Amino acid sequence: MDLGIFCKSTLDGEVVDHCFSALLGIGQNADPSYLDWLMKAWGWTLAVAGLGLLIALTLGAVMGTLRTLPAETSLNRFLVRLSTAWVELFRNIPILVQVFLWYHVIPAFIPVLKGFPSYLLVSIALGFFTSARIAEQVRAGIQSLPSGQRAAATALGLTTFQSYRYIILPMALRIVIPPLTSESMNLIKNSSVAFAVSVPELTLFAMQAQEETAHGVEIYLAVTFLYALSAFAINRVMAYIEKRSRIPGFIVSNSEAAAH
Amino acid sequence: MKSKNLIKAGLVAAGLLLGALNVQAASQTMDKIKSSGAVTMGVRESSIPMSYTTGDSRFDGYHVEICRMILGDIKDKLGMSTLRINYQPVTSQNRVPLVQNGTVDIECGTTTNNVNRAKDVGFANTLYVEEVRIAVKANSGITSISQLAGKKVATTTGTTSVQLLRKHEKANGVNFDEVFGKDHADSFLLLESGRADAFVMDGSILAGNIANSKNPKDYKIVGEVLATEPIAIMVRKDDPEFKAAVNAAIAKIVANGNMPKLWNKWFLSPIPPKNIVVGLELSPATKNAWANLNDKPAEDYNKK
Repeated sequence: MDLGIFCKSTLDGEVVDHCFSALLGIGQNADPSYLDWLMKAWGWTLAVAGLGLLIALTLGAVMGTLRTLPAETSLNRFLVRLSTAWVELFRNIPILVQVFLWYHVIPAFIPVLKGFPSYLLVSIALGFFTSARIAEQVRAGIQSLPSGQRAAATALGLTTFQSYRYIILPMALRIVIPPLTSESMNLIKNSSVAFAVSVPELTLFAMQAQEETAHGVEIYLAVTFLYALSAFAINRVMAYIEKRSRIPGFIVSNSEAAAH
Repeated sequence: MKSKNLIKAGLVAAGLLLGALNVQAASQTMDKIKSSGAVTMGVRESSIPMSYTTGDSRFDGYHVEICRMILGDIKDKLGMSTLRINYQPVTSQNRVPLVQNGTVDIECGTTTNNVNRAKDVGFANTLYVEEVRIAVKANSGITSISQLAGKKVATTTGTTSVQLLRKHEKANGVNFDEVFGKDHADSFLLLESGRADAFVMDGSILAGNIANSKNPKDYKIVGEVLATEPIAIMVRKDDPEFKAAVNAAIAKIVANGNMPKLWNKWFLSPIPPKNIVVGLELSPATKNAWANLNDKPAEDYNKK
């Protein structure tokens, strides 16, 4: 074990004056150290995962809700079919394949995508993939509510939109916070596929830096720690949200446990 | 005092024992070849045209053919009538350990001879010098690395070329965007699909990928040599006698004028199984290695 490797320059392998030289701006023109590079790579991992999470939660909530629409009008039936197709399409293709599709294949048909930076395309791929899984959790949450809730909302004269807005979703979304926590943590870990299309994130850093330094053990330990830390941070944020959104008397308030 | 003497005596005994073992080990490989009538050659599955499979567990290539010639010479030297060659596919990860532990007697893949590896294994005299070059689309008009400013340059994650580019960028102030493929095929796809303007990698890999592409004429290898690395046949470290025999065979092959013919056969003519032409011209560095046989490591080549 030689953690000193992180204070070495990425250009000539010599020890640099300040480990954080390039990041903190100490000493102009200082060569970046492997620690600088590691931090930058972590930033890319968080950026890709964060953007992906935003897309996944938004689309997942929408698609999951659409799947539970009552089949009253032809528009509703169309929306149910559309959301079902969405879920089945995006959860049945491996994430790595989806990343390649977004990066190499789809831009061949939609030229405007060629101008998109690779991190954006990976975020879309990750977001769509995860949205299909989140949609299923949201659907399960909605369907776990007693059917009387929906009936009562209708009896009160609420429209479909209003009953979702005021009755169904506020209850269902609270119920699904624990599985959403798992899915969000998975997204951090899945973001490692971004290396395959040239996003300079943690996994790419690990593969490249261990080739250059021959210190694979230290490099992979550091990268492991940062992935675990990132996923755990998501876990804590979600646990906080779960705790703060709890309402006495609601189903979830019976559970004393935080998000796991 | 007494205990010190004891330790001394112990050390001497241990030294003698080690010495005896060393003497025994000196001709270990030759003994093994003679007694078993077989030799194990380490080969690569897809390092076209250096060492690759042509299907049905058959292997061929520039280094493989040279190794067969070397083993033929050793067979004659040992006075054997037949010598069976077992082919053992190796990878970048396991080739050094397999030579170290004796599974592979002679490795004929695409291994760079460098100081780090020379601590664990021995290298025969270099017969192929790899040059890191730039591949571009033929109609791009790029002919030199200085023209890559502001362009996208592809290379493969986990290779030394990445570091090389970084150093070059820093030293010459030519700023370009790096894009990384996860393997050589991906990097070439980046060039092919226009996501990168250039692909920087070992010349033989570039030539192989171009030869395998849909329209080989659309690409060309241009510009200055960014780095050179000697690729050498690997043998066990603790067996100088075997290494000497290999080097003697290599010297004979070179003296007989076979090397240009071998180069033509593997790098400039259609090769099995798909009859593609790699099309990599003989470089001055490789020519020089033939003229002055040596086993210098890569570090000696890139001294400035």
